[in-house]
Amino acid sequence: MGEFPVRPVAASTYADDVDKLFFVLLALTLIFTVVTISVLIYLAVKYRRGAKVDRSDAHDHNTTLEIAWSAGPLVLALAVFLWSAKLFASVYAAPANAKEVFVIGKQWMWHLQHANGIRENNELHVPIGQAVKLTMISQDVIHAFYVPEFRLQRHVEPGHYSTMWFTPTRVGKYHLYCNMYCGTQHSEMGGWVYVMSREEYSKWYASGGAKAVAVGGLNTPNGGLSMAQAGAALFQQYQCASCHSGDAVKRGKGPSLVGIYGTNRQLANGKTVKADDGYLRNVLYYPNEYTLKGWPQGMPSYRNLTEEQVLQINAYVKSLSGVTTPNLSAQVPGPAGAKTNQNNAGAALVPGAVDTDGGSPDVKAPAADTDNQQWRYMYGGEQYK
Amino acid sequence: MSVTALKTPGVAPKTAPEGAAHDVEPENYINTNWNISSWLLTGDHKRIGVMYLIAITFIFALGGLAAGMVRFELTAPRGQILSSEAYNKMFSAHGILMVFFFLVPSIPASLGNFLVPLMIGARDLAFPRLNLLSWYLYMIGALMTLGAIVFGGVDTGWTFYTPYSSIYSNSNVALAIMGIFLAGFSSIFTGLNFIVTIHKMRAPGMTWFRLPLFIWSMYATSVIIMLGTPVVAITLLLVVVERTIGLGIFSPELGGDPVLFQHMFWFYSHPAVYIMILPSLGIINELIAASCKKRIFGYPFVAFSNLAIAVFGFIVWGHHMFATTQSMYSSMVFSVISFLVAIPSAIKVFNWVTTIYKGSVEFSAPMIYAMSFIGLFVIGGLTGLFLAALATDVHLTATYFVVAHFHYIMVGGALTGFLGGLHFWWPKMTGRMYPESWAKVSAIILFIGFNVTFFPQFVVGYVGMPRRYHFYAPEYQIWHIMSSAGASILAVGMIIPAFYFLWSLKNGPKAGRNPWGAIGLEWSHADSPPIPTNFAEIPIVTWEAYEYSPDAHAVAYADREDVFVGSDGEIDGAPQSVLSGEKVQNK
Repeated sequence: MGEFPVRPVAASTYADDVDKLFFVLLALTLIFTVVTISVLIYLAVKYRRGAKVDRSDAHDHNTTLEIAWSAGPLVLALAVFLWSAKLFASVYAAPANAKEVFVIGKQWMWHLQHANGIRENNELHVPIGQAVKLTMISQDVIHAFYVPEFRLQRHVEPGHYSTMWFTPTRVGKYHLYCNMYCGTQHSEMGGWVYVMSREEYSKWYASGGAKAVAVGGLNTPNGGLSMAQAGAALFQQYQCASCHSGDAVKRGKGPSLVGIYGTNRQLANGKTVKADDGYLRNVLYYPNEYTLKGWPQGMPSYRNLTEEQVLQINAYVKSLSGVTTPNLSAQVPGPAGAKTNQNNAGAALVPGAVDTDGGSPDVKAPAADTDNQQWRYMYGGEQYK
Repeated sequence: MSVTALKTPGVAPKTAPEGAAHDVEPENYINTNWNISSWLLTGDHKRIGVMYLIAITFIFALGGLAAGMVRFELTAPRGQILSSEAYNKMFSAHGILMVFFFLVPSIPASLGNFLVPLMIGARDLAFPRLNLLSWYLYMIGALMTLGAIVFGGVDTGWTFYTPYSSIYSNSNVALAIMGIFLAGFSSIFTGLNFIVTIHKMRAPGMTWFRLPLFIWSMYATSVIIMLGTPVVAITLLLVVVERTIGLGIFSPELGGDPVLFQHMFWFYSHPAVYIMILPSLGIINELIAASCKKRIFGYPFVAFSNLAIAVFGFIVWGHHMFATTQSMYSSMVFSVISFLVAIPSAIKVFNWVTTIYKGSVEFSAPMIYAMSFIGLFVIGGLTGLFLAALATDVHLTATYFVVAHFHYIMVGGALTGFLGGLHFWWPKMTGRMYPESWAKVSAIILFIGFNVTFFPQFVVGYVGMPRRYHFYAPEYQIWHIMSSAGASILAVGMIIPAFYFLWSLKNGPKAGRNPWGAIGLEWSHADSPPIPTNFAEIPIVTWEAYEYSPDAHAVAYADREDVFVGSDGEIDGAPQSVLSGEKVQNK
């Protein structure tokens, strides 16, 4: 109470553009509303029953007038449409230098993972001025990743990836919401986005991130693997290499994965599909639907992989095609430099630093939040525990 | 010829015979037979309309209580008394009851049922027994869904998005959906009945362009009902199929596609918005014409704007899905068509305002409702453009901005129109007048309460408050408190009419045949309340719709002998000022 917010901070490049459109629409709305209602009241009072006014020559139609007041709003409407469509198209066009963060939504929590392996729950730390692209998927129902200060949201659906991107322009701490009703604790599925100055971000990054945890629950000696490294470890663990070579050598049972990312794949059923992130995911889960031409023996399904593990394997397979997942840290100059990963790993492996309620996305949803701990974190200004 | 038609001897004696039998009411559809079975087995569209009216009023009260609980809960950022689970069930109950069991059937099934035959000069709807069946389906459906809500609850929201509704929710989704499924068929039967009746049973001389505009809107509404409702019925049935026997349709875990549900759901549910608002738009024409004693400006444009809205309404569903994985180009197409829908809506508003010009405006309760409707509909419609615009929608969708927008259309529009219509035709339905000063006061209270309730939600939505949130950030609280305070004013504005309407049934002054001095077959040729067969003799229509002559200055109509004699002869009980038939020669 006591606060009287009327406009959220505009904290992304997109937010400023949207607000311009919003305020133009607002002005048009005000003008139309005030004019219409004023004319309505003026006429109603002027021509009230019993008033001595000139009522002669009343018309009940005027085609020119009808066309005029249809065409005028039509032109205005189309102009607003074109403006907004142009702006909307930019939502889909992430710049090439955007750094990637991967998001998994589940009832009722957000898991985020940076390409370098830093993982966060219900929080996202980003440096100012850096374009960030989110690749998102849900483990259960539909969620939506919404940051009002960026004026952006996108549904996070089970079954396929959705993406959104933004460039933060203002340092601050902003609400992160789930904005697609997802069940009992929908209003507690959220947290904070921290937009940090470059220096702050470097410090946060060097410390391994406030919430950095070990990757994927894998028992790796060094911990703190990047996503691609974690994917490589999974590749080993599931013995994918017995059929698919991670090098150019053809081993007989399955096609080599080198260089396939982004290429067109010929399927046995005659279709052609592009090997994008969604394809890599679906092939793991539903290989029978993607049997390749010339490889009739097919592949078993890996339905037991979590969405997070799939993202890691994807990162590895993409690296075999020379696609390195752009890492947020790479851009940030910092004293930690090349050692960053090591430091990060150390922090992550300290016992107790491992996040207990979300170490792996397939952990059961947290029990009902009876003491409102999540409420205090999301709305009451407390730090995440 | 026309004069004879209007002055048929059969019409006049049906009004109360002078003096003698003041306590003996002439036979009408209410007193013709009082036992229960004569109501429950009736084929009379008027009785079915009244039965619908009682049923939807009951549902509206329940939905309103749920809304009251929601508003009370939201006065504090951590809630007041409900758990999150109970809160979710509460807003779901509010949405499901209000949308599927109040707004969709409200005007067509109650006022429409009552008025369509009366306004076109027919004795009943084309299929009276189908009409009765529709009421029973509605009742059974409503009881099933109410049962689901009361015994355990439903927590999916009224939109039933998959895979939450089909796989994850642990509430009574299947039973609630089956209730809606049945109620859908009751709409379909009503729509079918209206279409056939309007095509085939118009009185002699009642050409399409002599129809009251309310009939045009009922016709457009019925077309939407017939084309859209089967789609949502099958969609919801598929949710039940996936939920009960695990056949994969919408859940990706079972090989389905969750976004498919949204396409199918909104294919009906967006047009359903027009099922809710078109009848109100139709009513407003009648209220304005009768209160201003003037023909609606640009009749053919207004008539065709109904059909334009019905057609465009079917190809904009994707604007509910700009934030999903729908392709960018699809979104653009849906966006531009959504902007186009604004045009026929704007045409209506401009025509209403122009109708008032040089009219003879009586500030009756129906007129106050009509004016309040126009104000709220303009705001509701224009804020829709913020959501049709792709770029702003990406920020505003699913926030309280959307909640405010559709309440301006659904409550400010559909409900205000419904109440205005109820006030306008109440004397026709019951034969009694209600106290008008109370009605005017409550209409104004409603207008104020409505704006105080929903305007703050635009602001808090733009600030970023998501809808369907039980808990929220403390900085939003001030807006929620204003909104909840407004809701209690709104409630007062709705409770007052309930009292004076009930009071009027016994104590209201007799209305007479045409208390508003309105033109329309239901006023000029039918008693209040009408006899069971509506008209003693089917009228022959020789005049255009809304041929009012506000006073001596109506040049165009001055020498239309037939109309004046007709109106003059038929309007009894009308205020003297509107007995325009005095045949004042102009010039």
